[in-house]
Amino acid sequence: MPLLEVRNASKSFGAIRALNGVSFAIEPGEVIGLMGDNGAGKSTMVKLIAGNFPPTEGEVVVNGEVCHFHKPIEARAKGIEVVYQDLAIADNLTAAQNVFLGREITKGFWPFKVLHKQAMIDKSAELFAELKSETRPRDLVRKMSGGQRQAVAIARTRLSQARLVLMDEPTAAISVRQVAEVLELIRRLKAQGVAVILISHRMPDVFAVCDRIIVLRRGTKVADKHTNQTSPEEITGLITGAILAA
Amino acid sequence: MQPEQAKTVEAGHAVIGDVSKIKEQSLVQRILASQPFWVTVALMVLVVFMAALEPSFGTVANASNITRNFAPFGIMALGMTVVIITGGIDLSVGSIMGLVGIVAGLFLTWEYPWYVAFAMGLMTGIACGAVNGFFVAYVNMPSFVVTLGMLSIARSLAVVFSGNQMLYKFGPDAPIVKAIGQARWPVQTEGDWIPDWIPQFSSHFWVMVVMALWLGYMLNFRPWGRHLLAIGGNENAARLTGVPVDWIKFQAYVFSAFTAAVASLLLLGYNGSAINAMGQGHELRVIAATVIGGANLMGGAGTAFGAIIGAAFLEVIRNALLMAGIDSNWQGAFVGAFIILAVLLGLQSGGKSVIAATVERIFPRKHR
Repeated sequence: MPLLEVRNASKSFGAIRALNGVSFAIEPGEVIGLMGDNGAGKSTMVKLIAGNFPPTEGEVVVNGEVCHFHKPIEARAKGIEVVYQDLAIADNLTAAQNVFLGREITKGFWPFKVLHKQAMIDKSAELFAELKSETRPRDLVRKMSGGQRQAVAIARTRLSQARLVLMDEPTAAISVRQVAEVLELIRRLKAQGVAVILISHRMPDVFAVCDRIIVLRRGTKVADKHTNQTSPEEITGLITGAILAA
Repeated sequence: MQPEQAKTVEAGHAVIGDVSKIKEQSLVQRILASQPFWVTVALMVLVVFMAALEPSFGTVANASNITRNFAPFGIMALGMTVVIITGGIDLSVGSIMGLVGIVAGLFLTWEYPWYVAFAMGLMTGIACGAVNGFFVAYVNMPSFVVTLGMLSIARSLAVVFSGNQMLYKFGPDAPIVKAIGQARWPVQTEGDWIPDWIPQFSSHFWVMVVMALWLGYMLNFRPWGRHLLAIGGNENAARLTGVPVDWIKFQAYVFSAFTAAVASLLLLGYNGSAINAMGQGHELRVIAATVIGGANLMGGAGTAFGAIIGAAFLEVIRNALLMAGIDSNWQGAFVGAFIILAVLLGLQSGGKSVIAATVERIFPRKHR
């Protein structure tokens, strides 16, 4: 049974049809590259899966259950997490504080319920070790590299035992070395059976980590190919419309 | 291919760790890097210096006098710190003081019991804070504009309600109100067991201490404090991770107004009268105290201890200048200079000292 299945999903905003009958499925531990030009419907697709709004037509099926999310928190409860492009990290807090932001561990009883700081530090250290990232729980995020920040954002998804992680342009605007770190993080997630949907414009990154590539153009799915059965040239053609469909 | 790549990445990490040898900040390092610590040092130096220079400064009586004078500012600085941590500002605290004093004064004049008058005063303050909080948090207006409006509204209401009169003919509970405002502890009497060098701290001071301890607890040990800091650091991030951003911001403004109300009631008791001009201009002194204490006006930083130290620092400077016989018109110049100096010392410009960084900026290297 696929982890996530999108069946014939369409989404309209007034007269604008952002998605038009898109279907695909994703298995646990699979990494999918979602590609397309600006306005192709990638963001709408991400928001649909992340639970920002339900589809106008069609359905989103998680683990065989039809889900109509209206808020991201509902999707999160089903194990779907998003790593946002700007990472949604507070610079003035430490790595551990960011990982646990909004779901702090407390100890004691009301009204003396206090933060269990050591537990949060230990658990974050564990998550960073799992991701093989050189990130220390007590360091301020302000002083971290782009790769370490990604690790913090990804550790957050590990904390909630997410089964599907959506990553929106994680490799935009970071250095070459850090891109390698981020791709390695994606491989770690895959190794642990987490499915990843990678939204990216960077062809080499997509080909480096993805099992399958889905191309959207003007709200329609024009290709769904295994990475080893296609080429960057073909994908570019599909994105621009030089190749109509594959 | 996969394992090989993983290996190189790990090797790369090892290299980074070996070269930089960055250690996690120890507690001592963190204290040394904090602005409240250096302001405390400066305060100590100033106190020792003044005590040596001016015998009347280092007296027990002056200590209880100074601590009472800055306590209302310290109390309000606690509220201001919470608002400033979220990245906002509350300009209305001085006016809320005035309004709360008048409302409580009116109820006392109408011969209501003191607790009714105090409760009405506190509720008035909280209502003002709720209005501020509603427009800032839920309507998404800039805090500067909303609280500037409240500054004007609350002062105007205070003048209207008071009929532009001083209120001092309080009912039967006047002695109780006065006792609250003028209470001291520990009380020094002839031949008691308390050593004479312990100042008789005012009720204002003790209220401030209790509130500061409470806020310190909230900021350091409760998720609420974390959320507050996260909102100031990256409001969008806090929202996306499920922090109730609007509700916490709303609470911040209510708390700030509440502190103003508490300060107002203590001063009302101390003076035994209410005037509608109470607290005029205090908002700026409170903001100054908060900023000197290390709160960042951009949000995301601030401590309860810093708020108290900032307020104490301003008062000690004021008192020292007075004792040194310097014309009181000079106070503003000194206080202003210290505000700029304190924030300057707290700045960190990418590892360089502030002075080096400034010189670099004014005279870029290629022109020297």
